[in-house]
Amino acid sequence: MDGSIFTLQEFYTFTKGVTYIIMVLALLGVTAFWLFLAGGRDQD
Amino acid sequence: MSEETTANGRSLFTPFNIIAGIIVIVGLVLTVLRFTMGLGAVTNLSNYNPWGIWIGFDLLVGVALAAGGFVTSGAVYVFGLKKYHSAVRPAILTGFLGYALVVLALHYDVGRPWALTFPFLIQQGTTSLLFEVAACVALYLTVLLIEFSPAALEWLGISKVRKIVVRLTLVLTIFGIVLSTLHQSSLGALFLIAPSKLHPLWYSSYMPIYFFVTAIVAGLSMVIFESTLSHRYFHDKMDKTHLAENPHVTLGFGKAASLVLFGYFIIKVIGISAANHWHLLVTGWGAWYLVELLGFVALPCFMYAIGVREKKLKLIRFTALWTVIGIILNRLNVSLIAFNYHLPSSERYFPSWMEIATSIFIVTLGVLIFRFVVTRMPVFYEHPDYQDAH
Repeated sequence: MDGSIFTLQEFYTFTKGVTYIIMVLALLGVTAFWLFLAGGRDQD
Repeated sequence: MSEETTANGRSLFTPFNIIAGIIVIVGLVLTVLRFTMGLGAVTNLSNYNPWGIWIGFDLLVGVALAAGGFVTSGAVYVFGLKKYHSAVRPAILTGFLGYALVVLALHYDVGRPWALTFPFLIQQGTTSLLFEVAACVALYLTVLLIEFSPAALEWLGISKVRKIVVRLTLVLTIFGIVLSTLHQSSLGALFLIAPSKLHPLWYSSYMPIYFFVTAIVAGLSMVIFESTLSHRYFHDKMDKTHLAENPHVTLGFGKAASLVLFGYFIIKVIGISAANHWHLLVTGWGAWYLVELLGFVALPCFMYAIGVREKKLKLIRFTALWTVIGIILNRLNVSLIAFNYHLPSSERYFPSWMEIATSIFIVTLGVLIFRFVVTRMPVFYEHPDYQDAH
């Protein structure tokens, strides 16, 4: 098993799998980013 | 009074005016050359490279950077963020001049001005994206003209017509957002037809979305950038409301730009993931792609975030300039640098000095007209006869 991609099915299984992982990380990331952005100094 | 001075005694021969004058004179000469002797006399365009910087910079960059109009008016009139109201007229003016100069630049590339009416009068290419772009740009230019007209009508004292036009504001804003969404994305979709010519790191079926999202970023950043320059050079034209609202505009638009850049970064990474192009990132082109993605997307995203968090207006303003440069880089990468990437160096395109001079001439015209309008019309202040009337 060398991990090569031979069929379109294998291609999409791999790429969609990676994309789903990125999306979960992105959703967590945007939450953290929003909290970071909304934090900081209060006074104008 | 000396003929060389203005009405208030200031000399016309300032360094800026002299340089602008030289650029305009050179531009006019090149205009005559281009229209009498053809593209070959002025450009380095060829059958391999039919689109140069007049399309890559003047059109693609110009349309992206003129997006501040629909973004600002959408924020104020659709989302009800009235605290940004003072930014609307300058943004609409910048947008109107931007699109007008895009159309002017298009005349140079097309060469036969009457040909611009063909898509509407002779043959509608309804399966063509460029037909949709042409229709949207023509309509949006009209929308921007009508949206800006109250300022001109106040200056001219034509209050009856002004009253009618102001009532159209919300309709025009919605129409403008719809049109902008259409043509900003369609400009990206133009490149979908050339998968073999555009480098795979930049080529993606998501290009229409990328172009639309970056147009929003460009619009937000250009409003901040333009307000920074305007405060530096037209401070005396601004009323108290404009001066007081400016920090809020800078902070608010910086916050929005930061979030949109974050989202854009994510969808770019997803684009690489969906196409499985990770291995291309370790190539020479990959390094250049990472310069764009990390240096001009991720970095300004965090710079904006820090600026907003720490209320550092100077940092936000610098980041706006950096982001504008990033948008220019992205459009040039897609249309020129990463386009025809596989051709040998001898066939690659580099603009002639005359093409560059023409583009500089068109930008200078925009700056001069902007200066003419804001020093006369109520753009940075409310006309005393129409206070709080809009």
